[in-house]
Amino acid sequence: MSSHAIDPEKKVEPVKTGESMKTGESMKTDEAGKKMGMWLFLYTEIILFGGLFVLYAVYFSKYTQDFIEGGKELNRVFGVVNTVILLISSFAVAASITAVQKGQRKIALWAIGASLGCGTIFLVNKYFEWGHKIAIGIYPNSERLLDGPDGQNLFFGLYYVITGLHGLHIVIGMTFLAVAFGFVLAGKVTADRFAMLENAGLYWHLVDLIWIFVFPLFYLVI
Amino acid sequence: MEKNDHIFAYSTLFSVLVALLILTGITVGASFIDMGKFNVWVALGIASVKASLVLMIFMHLKFEGRALILSFLSTVFFLAIMISFTFWDIAFR
Amino acid sequence: MEQRSFFETPSPARYKGIGSWLLTTDHKRIGLMYLFAIVFWFLLAVLLGGLIRLELMFPGETIMGAQLYNSAFTLHGVIMIFLFIIPALPAVFGNFFLPMQIGTDDVFFPKLNLLSWYLYMLGGVIAILSLFSDGFPDTGWTFYVPFSISTNTNVSTAVFAAFVLGFASMLTGLNFITTIHRMRHPKMSWMQIPLFTWSLYATSWVQLLATPIVSITLVLVMVERYFNVGLFDPAKGGDPILYQHLFWMYSHPAVYIMILPGMGVISEIIPVFARKSIFGYKAIVVSSMAIAIAGSLVWAHHMYTSGMSDTAVFVFSLLTFVVAIPSAIKVFSWVATLYKGSIEMSPPLFLALCFIYLFSVGGLTGLVVGAAGTDIHVHDTHFVVSHFHFTMFGGTGFAFFAALHYWWPKMFGRMYNFKRAYIASILVTGGFIFHYVPMFILGMQGMPRRYYDYLPQYATGNFLAGFGALFMIIGIFMMMANLMVSLRQERNAPADPWGGVTLEWMTPSPPPLHNFESEPKVLDYPYDFSGVIKKFAKKTKGA
Repeated sequence: MSSHAIDPEKKVEPVKTGESMKTGESMKTDEAGKKMGMWLFLYTEIILFGGLFVLYAVYFSKYTQDFIEGGKELNRVFGVVNTVILLISSFAVAASITAVQKGQRKIALWAIGASLGCGTIFLVNKYFEWGHKIAIGIYPNSERLLDGPDGQNLFFGLYYVITGLHGLHIVIGMTFLAVAFGFVLAGKVTADRFAMLENAGLYWHLVDLIWIFVFPLFYLVI
Repeated sequence: MEKNDHIFAYSTLFSVLVALLILTGITVGASFIDMGKFNVWVALGIASVKASLVLMIFMHLKFEGRALILSFLSTVFFLAIMISFTFWDIAFR
Repeated sequence: MEQRSFFETPSPARYKGIGSWLLTTDHKRIGLMYLFAIVFWFLLAVLLGGLIRLELMFPGETIMGAQLYNSAFTLHGVIMIFLFIIPALPAVFGNFFLPMQIGTDDVFFPKLNLLSWYLYMLGGVIAILSLFSDGFPDTGWTFYVPFSISTNTNVSTAVFAAFVLGFASMLTGLNFITTIHRMRHPKMSWMQIPLFTWSLYATSWVQLLATPIVSITLVLVMVERYFNVGLFDPAKGGDPILYQHLFWMYSHPAVYIMILPGMGVISEIIPVFARKSIFGYKAIVVSSMAIAIAGSLVWAHHMYTSGMSDTAVFVFSLLTFVVAIPSAIKVFSWVATLYKGSIEMSPPLFLALCFIYLFSVGGLTGLVVGAAGTDIHVHDTHFVVSHFHFTMFGGTGFAFFAALHYWWPKMFGRMYNFKRAYIASILVTGGFIFHYVPMFILGMQGMPRRYYDYLPQYATGNFLAGFGALFMIIGIFMMMANLMVSLRQERNAPADPWGGVTLEWMTPSPPPLHNFESEPKVLDYPYDFSGVIKKFAKKTKGA
């Protein structure tokens, strides 16, 4: 996502073209603009999950009792542990940005590494949680769900779709963070230029934000 | 939105984390009290407070310019429209 | 000093030949790559539409059976919507002219821009792939459940294609918003931005905030097809109408993604050829944003007969009338601009005038289908088909033609033959009216859409519509051929052939790599023609 201004070829062109626009200001790349692009992308993610929350809202209002029964089926310990893990990882990412701003590269690397670790633990937890559900016959189109009440089928259907999509975003976010880790390691992210790390962090926080809503809606419905 | 040279101290970030963990505890606790229909609203309310903390501090939204804050609010507003307008149908069917 | 145009200066400079196009980050080259891809898809879908019309020209099976017909109209719809109308104006002219109009040298994320082009092409290829294997979907472009989940045709592939195309459109929107915010000429404030760019700004927000909903909806169709979760299946507790809600939450705003840039083009063309400042600049800006916002509140007016609650029918019908206001503001502003202007006729202006006429018919018939009472009568008939072709083709399609004729000399540095352009435009417009007006009448008489056969009483109307379609298609091909032929001549277009005053006319045609030879001078008011009028007056005095 590097801006054109750092393209070496463009600079050798003998153009007087809008020199004042190009030199000075955008020579040091527009960090705020890059961040803005990321925020705009986050909006699309919010709406993407928003579509699923529309379904949740409608079916919750229609089958409130079934959703409550379904919620009891989910293991709260898994839910709480995963929430705590994600919150800690979010903190770690935020701390890594502070570290980069202060020029403490080692702390930054540790912090990013910690949040990557948290992400992994989250996925492992998810794996066991889903595995257990599938083992007791709760998965899309399973006989147990088809024979049970409609509302529970929808509850678990949404559970799988939403946590599945969220899990996918965890993986994407971790990839993003891993790249940022590489950039910090290579010294490409510095106290003056850290939009890359900041954007990876923003994405990671968004994944956390969505979980903040998913957690009570599925694990704590009463 | 100009270059943000606001640096949050580690201690600030850490106290936000502690607040988030406490709020998680509260929301779990609240789910054991049967408040009928209000349970879900309480849960969503607490989640919104947590989300605002993450947004404001972890995501530095507090220091962003008007354009970003406004557009973020419009996104949330649009999401609210999507959900609430669907109920023109669902609630009256 | 002879300035070399962007055709001669690849960017990045290390690429030569075809690579200098396929790997370019220059917004102008990317815009042209979009242009050729989009025109290809457009002509393909036009031919498909022609075949559909041919089938309907006579009662009974004429050239294709029911199953093939269903696939044909689905393919026509999918290509026209996702591969032509949605990207047509933003991706081609937005890419090319948005940075120029705001006096900068590229979009904010040039590489992302190229990626969007590749996603667009990938989506097109996937759509074509779905033709082979199990046959193209027979669901219509709306992919309504439960049929889209139960049919044996290749819905998953087609839906995935639409998903990828949605992603491309979203990224373009993201890029434009960032560009307008961060890269405007330092002397250009918000109320000095040309109206085409303003309309793209409004469009981009809709692209950004509405497209993800269709993404998730299409993902859900795939999930349902592979895992049978039952989220829309009444037998499993789901609600099929919710699919329609989700689908139209995007697809209604999407019609504003399609029309808003078209309105922007018209707002550029009208003042230039009337030599008169646009009437109500601020009103047009505000109405663009108002359309973007209000357009997001009315999605369920596509669903009056779906079985949703009467309250919802009432509320959404009421809100629909609100959207008519900002659209009408624009039409009035254009007409008021022409009033007492010094009008100089040219192909772009001619097409813009056709736009105003056809779009107004489309808009007014929109009130018929927007009002719940009358809609129940004409729902799912040819009336609706005709209505949206008037707005989408008579609107966006003609805006696309107008934009082509308006900016062609700037993009390629060559002027086309006016006479042939006029003849082609008249053929297209005349054919259009002969094609779609009978469909209004057929719809009122009750002929349903999406059937390959019909009762004998509808024969006359369908026969006439077929003739109109023929003229229209001939006209379209003639128009494209006329433009293409112009590429064979020497570069002859001056920097400002029309007397335009927005920044893209302040640079040679075609523009140099960095768009401007020297820093462009931003006018205090973007549509101030006093300079142009003086220049023309001098010229006539000299002669």
